[in-house]
Amino acid sequence: MASNLLLLVCLCYVLLLFLVAFWAERRAEAGRVAWLRSPVVYTLSLSVYCTAWTFYGAVGSAATNGLEFVTIYLGPTLLMVGWWVLLRKLVRIGRSQRITSIADMISSRYGKSAFLGGAVTVLALVGISPYIALQLQSVTLAFEVFTSDAPRGWAPGSLDGTALLVAGGLALFTILFGTRSLDANEQHHGVVTAIAVEAVVKLLALIAVGVFVVWGVASGPAEILDRIEASEIAVWDLDQGRWITLTFLSAAALLTLPRMFQVLVVENADERHLVTASWAFPAYLFLMSLFVVPIAVVGLELLPGENPDLYVLTLPLAFDREGLALLSFLGGFSSATSMVIVAAIALSTMVSNHIVMPIWLASRKSGASMSGDVRDVVILSRRISIGGVLLLGYLYFEFSGSGAALAAIGLISFAGLAQVLPALMGGLFWRGATRMGAGAGLLMGFVVWIYTLYLPSFGAEGPLSAAVMAEGPLGIGALRPQALFGIEGLDPLVHSVLWSMVLNTAAFVAVSLVTFPTPLERLQGAQFTNVFEHAAGARGWSQSTAEAEDLLIMAQRILGPVEAQSLFQEAAGGQGKAGYLPDPTPEFLERLERELAGSVGAATAHAMIAQITGGVAVSVEALMAVADETAQMMEYSSQLEQKSRELGRTARQLREANEKLTQLSIQKDAFLSQISHELRTPMTSIRSFSEILMADGPMPEAEKKRFSSIIHDEAIRLTRLLDDLLDLSVLENGQVTLNWQEGTLKDVLDRAESAAGHPDGDRRLEIRRTPEAERVSLKTDPDRLAQVFINLIANARKYCDAESPRLTIEVRPRGNRVTVDFIDNGSGIPTESQTMIFEKFSRLSDHARAGGAGLGLAICREIMAKLGGSIAYLPGQGGAAFRVVLPLARPAAS
Amino acid sequence: MGKRVLVIEDEPNIIQAISFILSRDGWSVDTHSDGQTALDAVARRSPDLVILDVMLPNRSGYDILQDLRADPATADLPVLMLTARGHKKDRELAERYGASRFMTKPFSNAEVLDLVREMAGG
Repeated sequence: MASNLLLLVCLCYVLLLFLVAFWAERRAEAGRVAWLRSPVVYTLSLSVYCTAWTFYGAVGSAATNGLEFVTIYLGPTLLMVGWWVLLRKLVRIGRSQRITSIADMISSRYGKSAFLGGAVTVLALVGISPYIALQLQSVTLAFEVFTSDAPRGWAPGSLDGTALLVAGGLALFTILFGTRSLDANEQHHGVVTAIAVEAVVKLLALIAVGVFVVWGVASGPAEILDRIEASEIAVWDLDQGRWITLTFLSAAALLTLPRMFQVLVVENADERHLVTASWAFPAYLFLMSLFVVPIAVVGLELLPGENPDLYVLTLPLAFDREGLALLSFLGGFSSATSMVIVAAIALSTMVSNHIVMPIWLASRKSGASMSGDVRDVVILSRRISIGGVLLLGYLYFEFSGSGAALAAIGLISFAGLAQVLPALMGGLFWRGATRMGAGAGLLMGFVVWIYTLYLPSFGAEGPLSAAVMAEGPLGIGALRPQALFGIEGLDPLVHSVLWSMVLNTAAFVAVSLVTFPTPLERLQGAQFTNVFEHAAGARGWSQSTAEAEDLLIMAQRILGPVEAQSLFQEAAGGQGKAGYLPDPTPEFLERLERELAGSVGAATAHAMIAQITGGVAVSVEALMAVADETAQMMEYSSQLEQKSRELGRTARQLREANEKLTQLSIQKDAFLSQISHELRTPMTSIRSFSEILMADGPMPEAEKKRFSSIIHDEAIRLTRLLDDLLDLSVLENGQVTLNWQEGTLKDVLDRAESAAGHPDGDRRLEIRRTPEAERVSLKTDPDRLAQVFINLIANARKYCDAESPRLTIEVRPRGNRVTVDFIDNGSGIPTESQTMIFEKFSRLSDHARAGGAGLGLAICREIMAKLGGSIAYLPGQGGAAFRVVLPLARPAAS
Repeated sequence: MGKRVLVIEDEPNIIQAISFILSRDGWSVDTHSDGQTALDAVARRSPDLVILDVMLPNRSGYDILQDLRADPATADLPVLMLTARGHKKDRELAERYGASRFMTKPFSNAEVLDLVREMAGG
C-alpha cells in the first residue's frame, strides 16, 4: 500500500477523533453530560490500559513465551473483581480530597509534602518516557510494514521522521483537548470520549483479525485448537517466579501508572461506575486476549522469521487482505495514541503541580495574592509539559536504538512505577506511615530499579558497560546489576522487581517506625485510612486573620471569577452573611483549599493559603478529633460540633444585625438633619440671589441672567431631591406599579448608556460592553431597570478616579438568572463602607462633587427587589464593582 | 473700609452669593472650600473676620473653630458659623466652641450684612 494513502487514512482517523472530542466538549459545555459520564464510557476509558504493547506485543509475547501474556490481564482483573477492597477506597479518597494525580495522592497523604509530589513526578517521568517511546516505536514499525515494499510516495524520510510526526501530532491533540479546563476535577470530556471511541476501534480490530485467522485462514475453532495443540505454545512451561512477578506488576500498574490513575480516579464521575467496570473491564480484557493465541500460532506457522510482534498486521497482508490490515493498523494506532494522550495529560498535570508551581511560588516572595493570573501560568506550564513529556519519549526512542522487543520496554515502565506502591498502600492502610518513610522507600526503590533494570535496558552501548554488567562496578561482584548480593540465575526482571520492592518496603517501614509524623501528616493519614468513617474530615486550619477579600482575589485567579464568586457567596450564605465575603473560618479555609487543590494540587493549594493566612496551625481540637476513635466519641463530638456551628451561625447573624441596627440608628438620627441640610442648601442660594435681584440699584444684564439661572438650577436640584425622596418612599412602601414588558437586556443598556452620557462633560468615561452577550430577553420594567443602570453608569462617571476612567459591563447567564457586572478601573470602595453604600444619604465623598443626595443606590436596591433581582457590591475586582442579578424571561433550560 | 473677610464654604453658589453681598458692601472677600487646609488659609490671609460653614469636605467646621480658638493668634478673631442643619444642638455646639455669631441657612442677605457689620464694629 502506498504510504501516502496510509498517511491519508491516519489523518482522516485523527480528524475523526478531533471531531468526536470537539463534539463531546460542546455537549459537556451545554451541560448534557449524562451520556458522556456513563459507566460504559468509564469502562471503555479504562481500556487505555491496553496500549500498543497489548495490541501488538501480546501476540509477540505469546509467540515467544507462551501463555505468559495472560499475566498482564490477570493483575488488573483481580483488582477490578475485588474493587470493594482497594479501588473503592482509592476513588473515594481521590474524590473527597480532589486529588489530581498519583503524585498528588502521595503528596496529600503525607502532609501535603511538596518533596514527595516532586519525587513521584520525577519517577513517573523517567518511568513513562520508555513507555511513550514504545508507542512511537509501534506506530513506526507498523508504518514500515505497510510501506516497505510499496513504491515510495510522500513519506517521512526515515523511521525517526514518522516517530517525530506522530509525537508532534499527539502533542497538538493533547494540548488542544487536555488543557482546556484548569480544574482537574472538571474532567476532560472530549479526551475521555475520544479514548472510548478508540477503545472500541482497537477491540473491533483485534477481533476482526482473530475471526479472519480462525475462520478465514483456518477452517474453524476445531482446526485452530489442533494447531495450538501441535505448537510449542501449548507446552506449559511455567516459570513460577515470572508469573507471580508479572501478575504483581500488572496489578500495581493499574494503581500507580499516571494514566491509569487519571482515568480510574481523576476522571471518575461517580463511584458507582466501579460496580459496572468491575465486570465489564475484565470482560473487555478477556475479549482482547481471546484471539491472541490463535493469531500467534498461525503466525508462527505461516510466517516463520517475521517479527511476531507484528503478526496482526503481517498475517492479513500475507493474504492480501489490505482492508483488514488497515483496520488492524488503526487498532494499533488507537492503542498507541490513546495511551500517549492520557499519559501526557496525567504527567503534565503532575509536572506543573509538583515541579513548576512550587518553584514558581517560591520564586515569588510576594505571595499568591499579589501575582498575576495564576491560571495562565498553570495552563502554560501544562502545555509546555505536554510537549516536554512527548519530547522525552521521542528522545528515549532515539537513544535506546529501538532495540528491545516491545514487551520488555513495557515491563521496565511497570516496574518503575510500582515503586510508588509501598507508599501508596501504606498510606491507605497504615496510620503509622510517615513522610520520611515514604520518601526513603521511594528513593531506595527508584535507585535499585534504575541500576538493575532501567540502565541495563540501554544495552551494552548504554551507560553501563559490559564489564560492569559482568563483574560489577569496580569489580565488586556483590553489586552486579543483574545479580545483587551474589544471587544469580534469576530472570533480570524478577531479580530487579524482587530487590527493588524488598528494599523499598523495608526502607519505608523502617524509617516510618523511627520517625514521627507532623500534625498535618496525622490529620491527612487519619482522613485517608478512615475515609469511610471521616465523612466531615478533621481541620487543618485555625480561625485566622486572613482577609476574606485577599482570599477571594487569589481564588478568582485560580478558579476563575465565576466559580470563585459563587463559592464565596455560598459560603457566606451558609454563615448567615450577605455578600461575597465569608468569615475565614477553619471550615471555609478547608473547603477553599480542597477546591484549589483540584486545580493546582494539594501541596501548592496548601502553600498558597498558608501565604495569605500567615502559616498553618493545627488546632488541639483537630488533633483530638483524630485521636478519638470510638464511635460514641465521634458521634458525640459531631453533635457538639453541629450545635456549636449553629450557635456560631446565630451569633454571627445577631452580631451582624446588631451592627447594622446601631449604624442604622445613627443614620436615622442623621436622616432628619440630612434632609434638612439637603433642602436648606439649595434654598439658601435661591433666597440669597432672589433678594439680590429684588434689591434696588443698577445691575448689569449679564449678572442678572447669571443669578436667575442659578436660582433656576437650584430649584431643579430641589425638585430632583424631592422626586428621589418620594420615589424611595413609594418603593419602600410597596405602592409602586411596575410596567412589565418583554425586552432585551441590550435595549435597556443602550437606553441607559445614552441617557447617562453627558456629551459636554469634562470627564470622558469609556464604556466597554459585549453586545453579543447582552442579547438576553427579559421580562421586566424597562424604565425602572434603565433607572438602575443609569445610576450605576453615572456613579462610575462621578467617582471613578482613574486617569482614563473606564467602565466594563459584563453580562453572564447563570441558570435561570443573568448577572450584569459594572466594574470600573478606579480605586474601588473600602471594605468597611461596602455594606453601607446602599443606605440612604450614605455618600462617601463630598456633596459638591457628587451633586446628588446619596439616594441613588438606595433607590436601585429597592427597584431591584421589586423586579425580582438584586444588586450588590462585588469585592475584589480592582475597582468599584456592582453586580445586578436579574431573572430571565424563561428559564434557560429550553 | 477695606476690611477683609474669609468665607470658608463648599457650595459654589452660596460662596457666590455671600461674596456678592459683602463685596458690594465694601469688603474684600477671599474664599476657601476645603476643611483640611482651612487653617492654613486663615494664617495666610489673616482676615478681619471669618465666615465658617459647619459641613465642609475633609474636616468639620467645629474642629476648625476649636483650633482657631486654641491658637493665641486667632483666639479673638470674629467667626460667624453657618449651618444648614437647623438643630438646637448645632447652635449649642457652636457657642461652646466659641463662635462669635451663629446663622442658619437659608439666611436673608440683610441678616448677613447686619451680623458682619456688628462683628466688625464690636
